[in-house]
Amino acid sequence: MYDTAKTESALDQTETKISARNVQVYYGDTHAIKDVNVEIEDKTVTAFIGPSGCGKSTFLRCLNRMNDTIDICRVTGDILLDGEDIYDPKVDPVQLRAKVGMVFQKPNPFPKSIYDNIAYGPRIHGLARNKAELDEIVEKSLRRGAIWDEVKDRLDAPGTGLSGGQQQRLCIARAIATEPEVLLMDEPCSALDPIATAQVEELIDELRQSYSVVIVTHSMQQAARVSQKTAFFHLGHLVEYGETGQIFTNPEDPRTESYITGRIG
Amino acid sequence: MPTAWLVVFVLAVSAIGYIAGRRRALNSAGGDSRALHSLPVYYGFNVALSALVPSLLVLAVWLLAQPMLVENRVSGMIPAEAIPESSTLGLVMSDVRRVAEGLDIAVQQGALSEQEARAIRADVTDVRARLGDLGVALGSDVRSEVLSAAQRYRQITATGHLLMTLVVAALTLGGLGFAYARTNKDFRARNVVERGVLALLILAASLAILTTIGIVLSMLFETVNFFRLHSWTDFFFGSTWAPNFRGDSELSILPLLWGTLYISFIALLVAVPVGLFAAVYLSEYAHGHVRAFAKPLLEILAGIPTIVYGLFALLTVGPALVRVFGRGSEGLLGVDWMSGATSVLTAGVVMGIMLIPFVSSLSDDIINAVPQAMRDGSLGLGATRSETIRQVVLPAALPGIVGAILLAASRAIGETMIVVMGAGAIAKFSLNPLESMTTITTRIVSQLTGDTDFASPETLVAFALGITLFVLTLGLNVLALYIVRKYREQYE
Ligand SMILES: Nc1ncnc2c1ncn2[C@@H]1O[C@H](COP(=O)(O)OP(=O)(O)OP(=O)(O)O)[C@@H](O)[C@H]1O
Ligand SMILES: [Mg+2]
Repeated sequence: MYDTAKTESALDQTETKISARNVQVYYGDTHAIKDVNVEIEDKTVTAFIGPSGCGKSTFLRCLNRMNDTIDICRVTGDILLDGEDIYDPKVDPVQLRAKVGMVFQKPNPFPKSIYDNIAYGPRIHGLARNKAELDEIVEKSLRRGAIWDEVKDRLDAPGTGLSGGQQQRLCIARAIATEPEVLLMDEPCSALDPIATAQVEELIDELRQSYSVVIVTHSMQQAARVSQKTAFFHLGHLVEYGETGQIFTNPEDPRTESYITGRIG
Repeated sequence: MPTAWLVVFVLAVSAIGYIAGRRRALNSAGGDSRALHSLPVYYGFNVALSALVPSLLVLAVWLLAQPMLVENRVSGMIPAEAIPESSTLGLVMSDVRRVAEGLDIAVQQGALSEQEARAIRADVTDVRARLGDLGVALGSDVRSEVLSAAQRYRQITATGHLLMTLVVAALTLGGLGFAYARTNKDFRARNVVERGVLALLILAASLAILTTIGIVLSMLFETVNFFRLHSWTDFFFGSTWAPNFRGDSELSILPLLWGTLYISFIALLVAVPVGLFAAVYLSEYAHGHVRAFAKPLLEILAGIPTIVYGLFALLTVGPALVRVFGRGSEGLLGVDWMSGATSVLTAGVVMGIMLIPFVSSLSDDIINAVPQAMRDGSLGLGATRSETIRQVVLPAALPGIVGAILLAASRAIGETMIVVMGAGAIAKFSLNPLESMTTITTRIVSQLTGDTDFASPETLVAFALGITLFVLTLGLNVLALYIVRKYREQYE
């Protein structure tokens, strides 16, 4: 599967969406991300892989400044979105997060109805002019999140009452309802069964037409299936970054090879 | 032997038991503590507790029960015709107790020998004068029935005391002996001590519950007495509160309830917004060090005695309000709506200030219990902080906050000192917050202070008021706890 993906990505390879230079992240005294340089391309799916605790989530949260909410977290270096430094004081993190959406590692639906969960972002950003448009956005997002059929009869039921996997898809639908330019997904399929996983992967592939998607995953197969670029993190370092096919068939770094073949992790 | 010595004896025996039990266990294992079933201390505690607990329990029960039993026996000795017209059996019995006490003191000081105290006769000696010399004042001359009852009282008490000492000492030694005999290396002392600890904890818990039941029952009895003397329809449905001592008082709770609810309402009007905003600031915006400093400060406010708030109402807030709303052309607004410092508004505002830390500290805990993931989700969608708070955090915390407000309301309803000093004493139905009004708690205080006669409805009404208040606040508390608990389950 990644063979076709590779050729496609070669065709699409247009411009850099996000570029990170010399990024360091500290949690208090812990140095969690060490000197990471990476160029994330537009209209591309980039996979972050690596053993647990290596800093994938941390780095992902830097890309939409979610780390601002953690008091002890400190980020240095430059992260440019469309050439603009997102850590510049002029930049409004609230607006940035509307452009760079995020699906979290743990599903976190609001204690509201399913409808209100999805409508939350569009309402805040005024994306719908009337109720009909809002209904349309909700339905479209739920369909793209591969959960419409399961919830269409109970849009008024609380989102917290869904199963873990359904909640995860609800959160995905919620994130795409605001039409972000970049979608950051932290292990979006960790709670999903194979069918829902396949649906989410299909969604990711579809999103690639218009957005840049970054996905953190612990599944090598998934990384290989959905991504065109792969970044391998280890102990806070970005060890290797390149074409997914290249990383999986012919990694340059011995650490990458041993992780992919299952020797470290 | 005074009771204190008995307790010392019991304690000493258990201390010896601890050492002996421990040593015996170790000896039975040949000095190797690893061969024991339990750690050596458990054997010691087992013996000590076996000696201590049953005897102290019996002692406590005995000390409570003996006076009642003795009283019962002795009061049978007083014939109905010996009770004067204006008195009751209870009053005569309190005379008996005083005489008995006086005789005790006389014997102690050596003014009478034990034999003399037993043989003294009212028709021969002037008992009142002799006891008066010893500093025991008696209201009237001691009649012979009372004196002989008092002598009997002393005698039974002395016998009971001796018996108690023997029983307690026997139990102590018996418990020690029993536990000591059972001590050997295979005895499961650890499990026995565990059960003992459990029993102790249960005892403490049930004491707390029993006390509550006792309070309710005692109030209930007096309330029943009240309703024998006064019609319940007037109490619950009447419209006037006008106690007098001519016997035709109107004692309706409704005007008092109105005052109580009105003042509580104003208090909540002050406390809820301020407390809630303070909680939102503290939990969502304040930096760690501000929070570490401001939260304890707010909680200190909660520790100020309410009488201090009452003074504040009387001396500061009341006069300030009069300056604004009263004094005619000299006042700030040039109106003359308020004449005295005491008013519904005065009491309500000060009570509101008192409740602010209560509301804010509870709400702060509840807002903090909303998982961070909820906020992250909202912020990650590009919401601002205040949007996140309004649309996600507060709705999620709402049931808990409602519970906190209900708890605050029940405190407001039961609050006494502030309304005694700040609200006034006139019972009426009025919507004007600048008038003084009175509450249930203030009336309870005023009906029970000063010279009281526990047989008149004017006094007994305090108990009916009290139990109504109790039911009211209990209901609110139960509702609040139910809501808070239901909400807690959501995130666990
Ligand atoms: N809020 C935090 N405070 C302090 N340290 C943190 C915090 N979050 C993460 N860390 C530390 O940063 C390092 C990287 O964590 P991170 O969550 O980014 O790992 P991860 O690669 O996402 O792991 P996983 O695959 O298990 O999700 C870890 O050592 C972790 O202990
Ligand atoms: Mg992670």
